[in-house]
Amino acid sequence: MVSKNNELRIGFYVCHCGSNIAATIDVVSVAKYIGTLPNVVVSKDYKYMCSDPGQEMIQADIKQHRLNRIVVASCSPLLHEHTFRTAIEKAGLNPFYFQMVNIREHDSWVHTDRFLATEKAKALAQAAVYRVAHHKSLETKKVPIKPAVLIVGGGIAGIHAALTLAESGKKVYLVEREPSIGGHMAKFDKTFPTLDCAACILTPKMSAVGSHPNITLWSYSEVTKVDGYVGNYKVTVKRKPRYVVEDLCVGCMECIKACVFKEPKFSDEFNEGLGKRKPIYIPFPQATPQVVLIDPNTCLNLRTGKCKKTCMQACDRNAIDFNQKETFVEVEVGAIIVATGFKTFDASRIANYGYGRYDNVFTALEIERMVNASGPTGGEVLLRDGSHPKAIGIIHCVGSRDNKTNKWCSRVCCMYSLKLAHLLKEHSGAEVYNFYIDMRTPGKNYEEFYDKLLTEGVHFIRGRVGEVTDWTMTPEEEGKLVIRVEDTLAGFVRRIPVDMVVLATGLEPQADSQEVRRLFNMSCGSEGFFLERHPKLAPVNTFTDGIFLAGACQGPKDIPDTVAQAGAAAAEAMLLIDKGYVEQEPNTAFVLESECSGCKSCVSLCPYNAISFDEITKKAKINEALCKGCGTCAGACPSGSIVQNLFEDSEIFSEIKGVLAYE
Amino acid sequence: MNEKQWSPRIVAFFCNWCTYTAADLAGVSRLKYAPNVRVIRVMCSGRIDPQFVMDAFAHGADGVLIGGCHPFDCHYVEGNYKCLRRFKMLKRMLQELGFEDGRLRLEWISAAEGEKVKRVINEMTEEITKLGPLGLPEKFKDWDKEIDALEHEVNNSLNTSKQSEAAYEH
Repeated sequence: MVSKNNELRIGFYVCHCGSNIAATIDVVSVAKYIGTLPNVVVSKDYKYMCSDPGQEMIQADIKQHRLNRIVVASCSPLLHEHTFRTAIEKAGLNPFYFQMVNIREHDSWVHTDRFLATEKAKALAQAAVYRVAHHKSLETKKVPIKPAVLIVGGGIAGIHAALTLAESGKKVYLVEREPSIGGHMAKFDKTFPTLDCAACILTPKMSAVGSHPNITLWSYSEVTKVDGYVGNYKVTVKRKPRYVVEDLCVGCMECIKACVFKEPKFSDEFNEGLGKRKPIYIPFPQATPQVVLIDPNTCLNLRTGKCKKTCMQACDRNAIDFNQKETFVEVEVGAIIVATGFKTFDASRIANYGYGRYDNVFTALEIERMVNASGPTGGEVLLRDGSHPKAIGIIHCVGSRDNKTNKWCSRVCCMYSLKLAHLLKEHSGAEVYNFYIDMRTPGKNYEEFYDKLLTEGVHFIRGRVGEVTDWTMTPEEEGKLVIRVEDTLAGFVRRIPVDMVVLATGLEPQADSQEVRRLFNMSCGSEGFFLERHPKLAPVNTFTDGIFLAGACQGPKDIPDTVAQAGAAAAEAMLLIDKGYVEQEPNTAFVLESECSGCKSCVSLCPYNAISFDEITKKAKINEALCKGCGTCAGACPSGSIVQNLFEDSEIFSEIKGVLAYE
Repeated sequence: MNEKQWSPRIVAFFCNWCTYTAADLAGVSRLKYAPNVRVIRVMCSGRIDPQFVMDAFAHGADGVLIGGCHPFDCHYVEGNYKCLRRFKMLKRMLQELGFEDGRLRLEWISAAEGEKVKRVINEMTEEITKLGPLGLPEKFKDWDKEIDALEHEVNNSLNTSKQSEAAYEH
């Protein structure tokens, strides 16, 4: 499209973005100033450049004024660069004859002085006008996508995403760290606000995952390495030894019966330590896969090598294999969904609530197991000594909304505290007290649930609990735990004696979230949850293309929100795969052979081994397919013979000159 | 521009994945900071050629800010380390050239640290305001003038000595 004599004809457009830009920046004066620069043929301002009329205006101008370079000053290129490139491509211009100026996120939104903000906008726009003159016509590369998805985490988020994708005919690899999928939801008794039992709604989905022909389930496994890029990720999964051959075990549990330990005596992780299990066990009755495993820390044979191995004798399928070693499998997938969930706040961090110090202080998750009919107490609410509590206090916001621990609201605790209040009252008949700061029940039918609880005779006391103590002051407090709280509605400090304290612990990022973040090249917010690309418009995307988020690893959320998000993440992955290819930004580097002195400085710099040295020509060579476009080699080449497309030296030098040209 | 109105001009090179995104986040969060920084986006801090920094100073920047991903977090594995090496080299060189330390700054700013973008830019603007203008373009002009003057002087003295030599020979 460049006119015959290679004359530059630049079109400049500055966006008002309603009042987002125009309120702080004098866009008319920016357009006027840029219009005075050499080679600028058209310089306009418009209300919304990204709107259809805005794009059509550019397209019409390209035709009418024979424009061959376009600069748009509006929002961040990370938001709308693609929009404008597509628009100018439709008008017949190469999409890379385009430069975007960020005067919203980097200017109007962060400055208040209209004059200075306008000056800055002019300088940035001038730089883009200088830069765009050096732009070249480039082609995007289309790379086919591997039609498979890796899902990391087998909680309700991972399960839902896996089933959605598998049902649509996509191959899914579901990796779960624990021996069974199910995550936190499998531990819950009932779910708010409908009070339907968690297992009843979850286990059908779990077994569907286990039997779906399109899902490969790797439980007791962890992702150890991720290579590649969107559409073509190469993932290494470590399969930890469970000392039982998964394909042979049918989950008959004869081996568990036969174990030399006649009674279960080891702390049971699934029941939060309230129950006991044997060294050979199945985490819970509905575990998926239905495969037993052996805990090497407690198994007599694995610890000492001396055991009658009664389990082996009991297994008629010869599924037990004490020589199993960890193995590594490699898969190639087009997209990855990270659904690694959360961990609950460690209640012992708040010493004044006495968790770990007083026997009858429990966490909410322990109570979930306790009230569950298949839990360690068979659904009976019991104190540690086996007696029944007459009064129970539920303390809200433990590790949430607290400057000393976690500042955020965990979003689910108010609701699950209400649910537990209901269940505890139902199961034990005890008086139940809720100690809350604010009652937060936003959600469909949530407020109604709260209303229902108010009529059930549960006590509500507004105030953050100061401490839980066994230091008694009156005879009624004897032998009880006393909750000291300022009742902010009554306006005085109260002492409530109870038998059992339940701490509504908040949700936190997983302990290894930083490692996981690095593994998948994601970002974390300041609190440690994974960062979405845009809180509103790209809530399941990450900054790395082809990697999506679902569930509480992105932030605390309840089951309905988690499932909704998992569905969205599955749809994003599906979109990618059904499109069939990814377009790669042509920002790769290449070597100008005539300039290369063969110094080899660049060869060792490339983290992707894309640069090789040709011994015959004595020149460096870049394999474009391996190049990811970081430009490190171009920044290091002493002779300036490496060119990075879209970030050429001449382009950046002209940008530097441009931002400083405006006085 | 007169002295009173002078305020520093800082050129910033931000990597696409962490620091540029953090600056976007600062915008979305409506944080307010000094309007003295002009950001140039590169894909990775490893792309930053030391010449970019020198060129920015030569064209009138009073300070240069480089922003990259935290150690271990580089989108391209290790570009930020390459950047760090060049930064150290530049620091030494600028020191030898008599640049004040605060004129060049490297910060690791992750995509979540909009707040840090604000803090770093405000700090740097304040520091360079104290240091005053670097004014390399003006200095270049002064140096050119000095060299012209020197040349003139040398020529003059050469002429006079030739004359005196001539006189002596007579």
